[in-house]
Amino acid sequence: MAAFGTLSDRLTATFRNLRGKGKLTPADVDGTVREIRRALLDADVALEVVKDFTGQVRERALGDEVNKALNPAQQVVQIVNDELIRILGGQQRRLEFAKKPPTVIMLAGLQGAGKTTLAGKLAKWLAKEGHTPLLVASDLQRPNAVTQLQVVGEQAGVPVYAPEPGNGVGDPVKVARDGVKEAERKQYDTVIVDTAGRLGIDAELMKQAADIRKAVDPDEVLFVIDAMIGQDAVTTARAFQDGVDFTGVVLTKLDGDARGGAALSVASITGRPIMFASVGEGLDDFEPFHPDRMAGRILDLGDILTLIEQAQQAFDEDEARKTAEKLATDSFTLDDFLKQMQQLKNMGSIKGMLGMLPGARGMREQLDNFDEREITRTEAIIQSMTFAERTTPKLLNGSRRLRIAKGSGTTVTDVNQLVQRFEQAAKMMKTVAKGGVPQVPGMGPIPGASYVGKKKQQAAKKSRSGNPAKRAAENAALAAGAAKAPAGVGGSGFGLGGGGGAGGDGGPTEEELAALQRMLGR
Amino acid sequence: MAASWSLGSALRGMFSRAKIDEETWTDLEDALISADFGPDLTDQLVDELREKVAKYRTDDPADLQRMLRETIEERLARLDPTLALSNRPAVVLVVGVNGVGKTTTIGKFAKFLRNYDRSVVVGAADTFRAAAVEQLATWAERAGAEVVRPQQDGQDPASVAFQTVEKAQREGIEMVLIDTAGRLQTKSGLMDELAKVRRVIEKLAPIAEVLLVLDATTGQNGLAQAEAFIEHAGVTGLVLTKLDGSAKGGFVLAVQEKTGIPIKLIGQGEGIGDLTGFTPHVFAQQLVG
Repeated sequence: MAAFGTLSDRLTATFRNLRGKGKLTPADVDGTVREIRRALLDADVALEVVKDFTGQVRERALGDEVNKALNPAQQVVQIVNDELIRILGGQQRRLEFAKKPPTVIMLAGLQGAGKTTLAGKLAKWLAKEGHTPLLVASDLQRPNAVTQLQVVGEQAGVPVYAPEPGNGVGDPVKVARDGVKEAERKQYDTVIVDTAGRLGIDAELMKQAADIRKAVDPDEVLFVIDAMIGQDAVTTARAFQDGVDFTGVVLTKLDGDARGGAALSVASITGRPIMFASVGEGLDDFEPFHPDRMAGRILDLGDILTLIEQAQQAFDEDEARKTAEKLATDSFTLDDFLKQMQQLKNMGSIKGMLGMLPGARGMREQLDNFDEREITRTEAIIQSMTFAERTTPKLLNGSRRLRIAKGSGTTVTDVNQLVQRFEQAAKMMKTVAKGGVPQVPGMGPIPGASYVGKKKQQAAKKSRSGNPAKRAAENAALAAGAAKAPAGVGGSGFGLGGGGGAGGDGGPTEEELAALQRMLGR
Repeated sequence: MAASWSLGSALRGMFSRAKIDEETWTDLEDALISADFGPDLTDQLVDELREKVAKYRTDDPADLQRMLRETIEERLARLDPTLALSNRPAVVLVVGVNGVGKTTTIGKFAKFLRNYDRSVVVGAADTFRAAAVEQLATWAERAGAEVVRPQQDGQDPASVAFQTVEKAQREGIEMVLIDTAGRLQTKSGLMDELAKVRRVIEKLAPIAEVLLVLDATTGQNGLAQAEAFIEHAGVTGLVLTKLDGSAKGGFVLAVQEKTGIPIKLIGQGEGIGDLTGFTPHVFAQQLVG
């Protein structure tokens, strides 16, 4: 996931110029601020936010605190980071649920922002969190939006209330009101109201949205905005704030390479927090938004916390322990290899995970070439083996390999490669299991960023959450993640990377492995 | 006609001043940046205008306004915005990222062609997004065009495209419009799929136009989108949609200049008739006022 990629590239390049200087002169600061301004404008951050931002940075950078500092470049990173967090809305906030169910969540936004898809993702996420959501189809404007919501609902396994066929027929306000009643009657605890996309300047449709809001009195109104939007984000956000007065923002299409700057300005201009980020086309590609972490991502400090959280969700502790035992007793088989790989797949997009790592910038191109279907192919090969073959790979002679290749629709070369990778992985993991934890005390070497490395170590170790309880929990989670991780994921990463990338050689493998271990094996 | 996306209001203040001063230039820069022209192009435009103002020794803001309009128009007019639809059937492939309005554009474009009494068939090769086929079918019906649907869920888009062109050839339909699923330009697998659709169509007939749909609200990412789609789908023209909002779509100028692909159509509303050909003169006039 190259979210904000180019912005972090720009800022990193800017800071490189500052490195090695003992002190900051006003000219340095002006030069840096100009670069930051340009980088932010290129990233579609709204002009007024940019002005505000650069003003603050300049002021603070010229203050005493910097001149006394040992490493001024570090200080500027800190200042920019602080300011970015401030712009991003400061604190993360969770959905507020009504004391008396159902909790009503209304979605609003421009056409094509991704509301309907998001409705499905949100519903699925809520269901996973133990809620019973009901989707309400109040977009009666766009042709077949209702059908789309029904399909999405089916995929998410969530019921859809759609009494009207749509395509301009029916009263969306009434549908929304009835939807909430329906939820009360059938005891759903959350209601997600999908509304028609509208332009900020379309007074009539805006009034309709306001009417829906009035009719259902939602607990949350989420403004869905495309991460690719340009300077117009400000106008649009203001219009929606005046029109429906949203309570939170959802950023979509963050999996593209849009720098997403303008969407960030929305939070600062409207004072509403960005609550969720949508990072892919699958219904699971959806996560709570963490402003503090995102700021770190912009500065290319990586997003270690999100990563670990995701890893923990998918990672089965028992499995990990079993694997470790097997490694110690030398009985690691292809079956285990397959299991690990499937676990890794459960974590969601591997590209996404790797993209969040600090210093992953250089790998971005390799990541883009990385084909996740490789996992599926590997699965097919292993599943085409007999049980005996899986436990004793030594059995695999030429004719067996040919049979497996035929059975899995691959070639003997593929099978050979897999076996080879498995052997390497098993060997490597044995080292890990026997205590040879890879030497990555901090975040390991990051190309051309030695001092950032030091910073990262701190940043990664502590949760930046302002909520003490949450911070404690996250820190504990970090420690837990560090304790259990090395054995399992390292090997899978190895096996995967080897096959990844069309025509790729072993190059990315080492890096991916190192990257994964860097974050989990620390 | 004062289009809603005009820079007019942003510029009014500066053109109503008595003469051109430093503040005028700052305002101009801000206005251009706010219209999504991007920092590079804004610098270029401002420098160019400063030069012209110095050359003609004027300090009248009205002159500056005229120069701005002319500069933008001249840049936009460097490429030919005419659609090349002389093949029979003329196959038009419509591509773009998610949510820019591809399906809607096809509906409007079909209507646009029907108004010239051309027979049109649309191919619903967006087999990915839920209900995209139905959405397209609704539009096609409104436009009076025929539609080719996938025979089963999740059918290969290339095969739908193939069947559509085949039908057109068989029945002598003049125009073929093919809808594709929205895809972010960073997903290389999906971009390859687009190249495949292209290859498969070309087995039957040459592709007349590949139109890349760009959303006017997009910021500087528009350029990255255009570059990726040109590489994978061989884009021959740009369509700018959602100009009926408050976005100015200034990034298309940068796109056109950097890629050499002309803007061919613009969408300015939700009605089926709200798609028009692109005229640099009118566009510049509306933008600058």
